[in-house]
Amino acid sequence: MTAQTCPRQHQRTTMEIASLEPSLYTVKAVFILDNDGNRLLSKYYDKELYPSMKEQKNFEKNVFNKTHKADNEIAFVEGMTIVYKCSIDLFFYVAGSAQENELMLMAVLNCLFESLGQILRKNVERRCLLDNMDGVFLVVDEIIDGGVILESDPQQVIQKVNYRLDGSEQAYGFDLFDYIVGNIDGQTDRSQCA
Amino acid sequence: MIKKFDKKDEESGSGSNPFQHLEKSAVLQEARIFNETPINPRRCLHILTKIIYLLNQGEHFGTMEATEAFFAMTRLFQSNDQTLRRMCYLTIKEMANISEDVIIVTSSLTKDMTGKEDVYRGPAIRALCRITDTTMLQAIERYMKQAIVDKVPSVSSSALVSSLHMVKMSYDVVKRWVNEAQEAASSDNIMVQYHALGLLYHLRKNDRLAVSKMLNKFTKSGLKSPFAYCMLIRIASKLLEETEAGHDSPLFDFIESCLRNKHEMVVYEAASAIVHMPNCTARELAPAVSVLQLFCSSPKAALRYAAVRTLNKVAMKHPSAVTACNLDLENLITDSNRSIATLAITTLLKTGSESSVDRLMKQISSFVSEISDEFKVVVVQAISALCQKYPRKHSVMMNFLSNMLRDDGGFEYKRAIVDCIISIIEENPESKETGLAHLCEFIEDCEHTVLATKILHLLGKEGPRTPSPSKYIRFIFNRVVLESEAVRAAAVSALAKFGAQNDDLLPSVLVLMQRCMMDSDDEVRDRATFYMNVLQQKQKALNAAYIFNGLSVSVPGLEKSLHQYTLEPTEKPFDMKSVPLANTPITEQKTEFAPVATSKLPEKPGPTRQDIYQEQLAAIPEFQGLGSLFKTSEAVQLTEAETEYVVRCVKHTFARHMVFQFDCTNTLNDQLLQKVMVQMEPSEAYEVLHYVPAANLPYSQPGSCYSLVRLPEDDPTAVSCTFSCTLKYLVKDCDPNTGEPDDDGYDDEYVLEDLEVTVADHIQKVLKPNFAAAWDEVGDDFEKEETFALASVRTLDEAVGHISLFPVVYVEAVGHISLFPVVSVEAVGHISLFPVVSVEAVGHISLFPVVSVEAVGHISLFPVVSVEAVGHISLFPVVSVEAVGHISLFPVVYVEAVGHISLFPVVSVEAVGHISLFPVVSVEAVGHISLFPVVSVEAVGHISLFPVVSVEAVGHISLFPVVSVEAVGHISLFPVVSVEAVGHISLFPVVSVEAVGHISLFPVVSVEAVGHISLFPVVSVEAVGHISLFPVISVEAVGHISLLSL
Repeated sequence: MTAQTCPRQHQRTTMEIASLEPSLYTVKAVFILDNDGNRLLSKYYDKELYPSMKEQKNFEKNVFNKTHKADNEIAFVEGMTIVYKCSIDLFFYVAGSAQENELMLMAVLNCLFESLGQILRKNVERRCLLDNMDGVFLVVDEIIDGGVILESDPQQVIQKVNYRLDGSEQAYGFDLFDYIVGNIDGQTDRSQCA
Repeated sequence: MIKKFDKKDEESGSGSNPFQHLEKSAVLQEARIFNETPINPRRCLHILTKIIYLLNQGEHFGTMEATEAFFAMTRLFQSNDQTLRRMCYLTIKEMANISEDVIIVTSSLTKDMTGKEDVYRGPAIRALCRITDTTMLQAIERYMKQAIVDKVPSVSSSALVSSLHMVKMSYDVVKRWVNEAQEAASSDNIMVQYHALGLLYHLRKNDRLAVSKMLNKFTKSGLKSPFAYCMLIRIASKLLEETEAGHDSPLFDFIESCLRNKHEMVVYEAASAIVHMPNCTARELAPAVSVLQLFCSSPKAALRYAAVRTLNKVAMKHPSAVTACNLDLENLITDSNRSIATLAITTLLKTGSESSVDRLMKQISSFVSEISDEFKVVVVQAISALCQKYPRKHSVMMNFLSNMLRDDGGFEYKRAIVDCIISIIEENPESKETGLAHLCEFIEDCEHTVLATKILHLLGKEGPRTPSPSKYIRFIFNRVVLESEAVRAAAVSALAKFGAQNDDLLPSVLVLMQRCMMDSDDEVRDRATFYMNVLQQKQKALNAAYIFNGLSVSVPGLEKSLHQYTLEPTEKPFDMKSVPLANTPITEQKTEFAPVATSKLPEKPGPTRQDIYQEQLAAIPEFQGLGSLFKTSEAVQLTEAETEYVVRCVKHTFARHMVFQFDCTNTLNDQLLQKVMVQMEPSEAYEVLHYVPAANLPYSQPGSCYSLVRLPEDDPTAVSCTFSCTLKYLVKDCDPNTGEPDDDGYDDEYVLEDLEVTVADHIQKVLKPNFAAAWDEVGDDFEKEETFALASVRTLDEAVGHISLFPVVYVEAVGHISLFPVVSVEAVGHISLFPVVSVEAVGHISLFPVVSVEAVGHISLFPVVSVEAVGHISLFPVVSVEAVGHISLFPVVYVEAVGHISLFPVVSVEAVGHISLFPVVSVEAVGHISLFPVVSVEAVGHISLFPVVSVEAVGHISLFPVVSVEAVGHISLFPVVSVEAVGHISLFPVVSVEAVGHISLFPVVSVEAVGHISLFPVVSVEAVGHISLFPVISVEAVGHISLLSL
């Protein structure tokens, strides 16, 4: 945790030096917002960065306002590098310090997105995410631990979480049935509402 | 369909968020079912999810309710539902800080972490470490060590990362796991490798040798994880920076080899590391730049962003290295990601040619409103840099900036624009009026007090000197009517400056002042009253002292003095003279901007070196009552560097005393020195009052002894003195290994080099923001005007040869030394160039530059100028051909400067002999000398003697060749061109041949002098002899010159 110096002050004063203190603490924050910019999940890993809930939500608002119009993948807000992705009515964000390797942040974002895609059977949208919130919490927990990238391979994450879509036994049954009778489309319908 | 949470929610259709109307109390109520038997995993899971969701939304849980829910949750460990158990771990982590007695779950977690279910083990370790403190950590240490080397990667990773989190809290315990971490580092799993490397580094980072060994091992063995590679690169570049190892080091080779890694992440990390290394040459940068160039055309926005951001950084220092990428950057300026486009354009602005500026500016203005403030600041900074590079483009830039100024934006953004406009005004006099007009318009509607006051100050400084100062009065007075107190007060100060400098405006200003005296704020009233009274006196000296030039004392010093004053109640009023003068020029640092830097926090002025010494000396009882420290000189070596005892001396000057601080180091490991002191024998009427010996001087530990010397009281002019110094001490032999000394020792002494006290030790540089005012303030009393009959001189060359006749106005000059530092910031530039700007100084300097046989004796007077200036002045030696022989006597050699001599390549063969005598060349000057070769053959001999050209002057030197051949000889004597003078040189060629001869003797032209140079050719031939003696030209000086030429 020694590397967790205050990012705002730190980066403003040392931006010129720009050599990053070698550290595993790569991720400053992760959050998922809906298409109104409301928080569905957020984790801040640097205690000195936005210590209060109000600051966090302001930051999220600010990020949302700057990113929701165009899917540009990367932005720089309030002195932090933000990589993001949107899917239907969801926005996924991973934030790191200004000097952080953008590709490492991208690796985290991709892992998060793909893991959730698998857990939610490709229905990465708000309703489905909220219905499986426990799985989402577990996925985030397996990818990042206290700001350290714990796992970046979605397959590994899925395996570790070992999460089954809610009501999945039943759903599997239907899937099998659908499969047998050739009604592949039904599968999507069902899992969407699962 | 399966309804997961609240039925009502879904049916009512109030949004599709099942958590929308969650009530904390209702959820906690529901949590009671945790206690039911048998456990219903599904329902419990839902409730835990709700609790975590609520916590995540920022819902506040009281300690009581949290503890209650936590304890109920512990029951759920009885269930074997995997997801439920995992959610329990999450709940534990979330509640670790809110609930009490969380350690109750320690045993459950320990059981899970050592159990058979691999799925539980990793998460259980992480949850356990979250609730563990140092004392409990010892209890689970055994398990942690096992877990680190566990063959299941998730267990090992979890243990390593948790250990890393705990390093801060329990370094000593975690340190003991280093062997296990080492073993884990050779794991096949890429994440385990990465985590182990991270932990190992954190444990060893203070041991450079260990880090170096670790790097060596891993760079050789090769790692699989790209993350681990990135980490290694960072460690390697940090080590390179710390050890200042050259770029031939194997570490650099390693980083470079990573440019060929198959992972983009690693390649980028390596390129970025190379770019950020200090002192990278263009050749070393090239491979990094070319991989970044490839990334520029990547389909991934993040990669393009990363590449262009890094290239932008390269462009700041090595624009030429980036030009190869210009084509790729051009493609990015239309990138849909505006951050990328902005970075691309600002990079191009740095690397592109002047012709592309207009196009790029047009491009950027098309979307400047779409980008965030951070990037707008980047744009402004790029413009600022551009204006320095292409001064001719300032009108385009100024327009652009004024448009930006009108747009919406935050404080940082506006401040960047204002700073940029100000710097353009400072660098391009012709842009002053437009710039000031834009700023005036801006303050009409400016919500930032800081910016408004800054602009008002600038208007006060620059406005009165513009052709029509009256037009600014309206803008300034509007502020008095409309703004907040701080701005009103600043406006009043600005008004006063107009009144003081423009006599025709004075009556109106006085009327306005009268109105300000009725202001509702007391600060505004006080200022108005004060200025009103000062202005009514109509005395230049008063204006200068109280309106133009503010405080010249150091602020920390003032604070200390005032504090001291309040501690010792006295009848006497506080004496401003007792406060040490500020000696750091307030130069605005031109910082390089990282593309993403928002802004720098204002740096707090730290205590100066002198303040530190003052504190140290005050702690020594013998030196109390000396008053405040006037000046501390740079250390002088009194021994060679490689002798048994190394002694250097720092001179501290007080009002009536001097303290010599001898920093001694004993380099003999078999000796202990005691009672070390330096005995001093003065050559003049100086009196050594007291010695403060250093009690012990063990091997290689520096110690200080002091001597207190009283300055001669009867003769205030006896400012210089030579002391012969002897180091006296008691030697005790000692064991080199233990340092244990023998009981008895013997006295011994060691002769040191002589120590000189010179005029420079009594002189301090001060800042005078308004030079002209400071000049006036000095008044006629201190003017020294003498006419010397040079009747025997026929030609100028002959006069130069005879300058040695010039009597040295030595005594008077010394008396005025305290007045000397009347030099404004701009003037500092001049001084260093020689032109000693105050009247008294003239006395000294004029002694000096004119070195000839007689003058040589006076050289020791010379360093009348602060240290930086010395560098320049010593360049000065305006030595006529005859004088050359004497230069070798020059004692004023500065060690730092010595190295530059070899850079003098342009020097003609004849000149070489002389130049080698001139060791004092300032670094900046070096580069320019090479520009000189344009000079005609005759001139070479002279010019090469005086290549003191300031950096900015570079471009202008090319104007020189216009000078006619005869003139060259003279001009070349003083190519001391100050920054501001740049514009003036171009005037030179206009000068008639005869006139050149005169001017060339002292082309020390200050800004104010601009208008007057044209006067020069008017100077009659007879005047020649005189003018050439007085190099001090400035507005007022013109007046003098005409006097002199009589």
